[in-house]
Amino acid sequence: MQASYFAKKIIRSVLTIWLVVTFTFAALHMSGDPIEALVGDQAPAAVVAHYREKFGLDRPLWEQYVSYLHSIALGDFGLSMSDQKPATTLIAEALPNTLRLGLVSFIGGLTGGVVLGIVAALNRNRPVDRFVMSFAVFGFSMPNFFLGILLMLLFALHLRVLPSAGADTGWHLILPAITLGTHFAGTFARFTRSAMLEVMNKQYMTAARAKGAPQARRVFWHALPNAAIPILTIVGLKLGDLVAGSIVVESVFAWPGIGRLLVGAVTSRDFALVQAILIMVAITMMLTNLAVDFIYTIVDPRMRTSEGARA
Amino acid sequence: MMAVNREPLLQVSNLKRYYGGSSSWLRAGRTIKAVEDVSFFVRPGETFGVVGESGCGKTTTGRMIVGLDRPTAGSINFAGEELTTLSAEEWRIRRRKMQMIFQNPLSALDPRMTIRRQIREPLDLHDIGIPNERDAKVEELLDAVSLQPAMADRYPHQISGGQAQRAVIARALGLDPDLVVCDEPVSALDLSVQARVTALLQDLQERRGMAYVFISHDLRIVKKLSHRVAVMYLGQIVEVGDTDDVYRQPLHPYTRALIAAIPDMAPNHRSKRTTLQGDPPSPAAPPSGCHFHTRCHMARESCAREAPVLREIGGAHQVRCHFAEEFAS
Repeated sequence: MQASYFAKKIIRSVLTIWLVVTFTFAALHMSGDPIEALVGDQAPAAVVAHYREKFGLDRPLWEQYVSYLHSIALGDFGLSMSDQKPATTLIAEALPNTLRLGLVSFIGGLTGGVVLGIVAALNRNRPVDRFVMSFAVFGFSMPNFFLGILLMLLFALHLRVLPSAGADTGWHLILPAITLGTHFAGTFARFTRSAMLEVMNKQYMTAARAKGAPQARRVFWHALPNAAIPILTIVGLKLGDLVAGSIVVESVFAWPGIGRLLVGAVTSRDFALVQAILIMVAITMMLTNLAVDFIYTIVDPRMRTSEGARA
Repeated sequence: MMAVNREPLLQVSNLKRYYGGSSSWLRAGRTIKAVEDVSFFVRPGETFGVVGESGCGKTTTGRMIVGLDRPTAGSINFAGEELTTLSAEEWRIRRRKMQMIFQNPLSALDPRMTIRRQIREPLDLHDIGIPNERDAKVEELLDAVSLQPAMADRYPHQISGGQAQRAVIARALGLDPDLVVCDEPVSALDLSVQARVTALLQDLQERRGMAYVFISHDLRIVKKLSHRVAVMYLGQIVEVGDTDDVYRQPLHPYTRALIAAIPDMAPNHRSKRTTLQGDPPSPAAPPSGCHFHTRCHMARESCAREAPVLREIGGAHQVRCHFAEEFAS
């Protein structure tokens, strides 16, 4: 079943990417004139016409669409309108920064959240549990930009121990990563707690005790792998939040990543760059969700057989 | 049935399990007496049946025997050793010789592990035999419960309920237990599968000489399997004795009503057919005097005042009723 299952998933992913491409194309063309934003409304008509021709904006819409699809298929996302570099080059420059921030905060948030969730579940309704859950609610209900500004005020302005903007050193990573990671840690802590509690109520957990398995083994051998299935679902969904969160956090901390690049590109109506970033984000989401689906089949044996996939 | 007459393997005395009530004055008076002063013994190689309606404390009793629940008071003596005073770790190791079989076999298996790994796990946990011979031991166990060797590589969702219960039994057998607590082991299975699993349990007992504590609400299966039987009502044993005696001449009105409710098993000397009305009262507020007087058709005025004690009436037959003699005639 695996091959056809993943073939279907991949076809669906390609379709989704096409929809994203089309949608951004339509939305950007409806939302205003990029040439005006580029040269200003005082520019002579000849200059405007020159730029229109240069970016192909004088051609009929469907022609622009077809040629755009064509060049994307060839991996050519066009030139950024504002600084004339290929969009892919700008993305390649910003991507490592975003990956650094995203991976650190996501993996940190996931690890911290799962550990906190397990601790809370094992101490259900005791003070430890209540403390962890208060943190979790704080973590996922606090808006990123607000938490970011609070941290900046405290650590950069007041205590003067950490830098507030830029990405020059490893120290610069700390505040944005905490801002973004707190949100994930809160969410994952909550879901891990409830998944663990549900699993620990199952009879096979009692059976594990009856056959003499010590607590550590019951938690890490029986409970956690079974709880991993619902946790994994949330991981897949939260990857979307990672993109949204990065845009906000990168802007707050002036982190030179994809998020900030996108905000800049949208403000200056840089068609090529916006489209390239959105498509890249869409492809990343597809790939990570495919990876999550694949990990499912490792974690849950019921997903490996067709009967289990239906159940 | 074979004659077994040796020193008890398991001796349970004055076992109590209360839930709630102690920690806060708000909850005072809401203590639930799940098990109230239960005493019985099980001889090696015999089956001791425990019957009663749901909520009568039979499952809690079984859980306390294997150490899944700590008694509030009382003693559990297994093979000459007192278990209630052991630390959790000591109990975990001692548990080897006492295993449990569960009501819903499919949920008693970890969905993420193959049958082989589940049966092997207790062997690894208690370090039984040489590690690379354990897979052979698993095959042996599968054979003992009549499961095909090919089942070893299946996951729980790929096998039937009956096969799953056989796997659970094989897992318990791996540790060569002297006592197996079977908590409603067949009630989740189809009738035809029930019969086969019951026969397997009997067969294994004959070959390996294990003792069973067989907890069930199904009086017919208990009659078929048990050498001795206890009837529980609201956390107390109301009647206990040899299975033949209890079923042929039940001496407690509750036992009589339960047996009369089985279509083809009514006692042949019954004067009139009695059926139980209503649900058992809450164990949080058990009736005064005899707990059963609210549902007893024989109840007299004194039953609400005086609590009867479990007393011997002829041989090993014990009853908790003021008027048991009237049934004995």
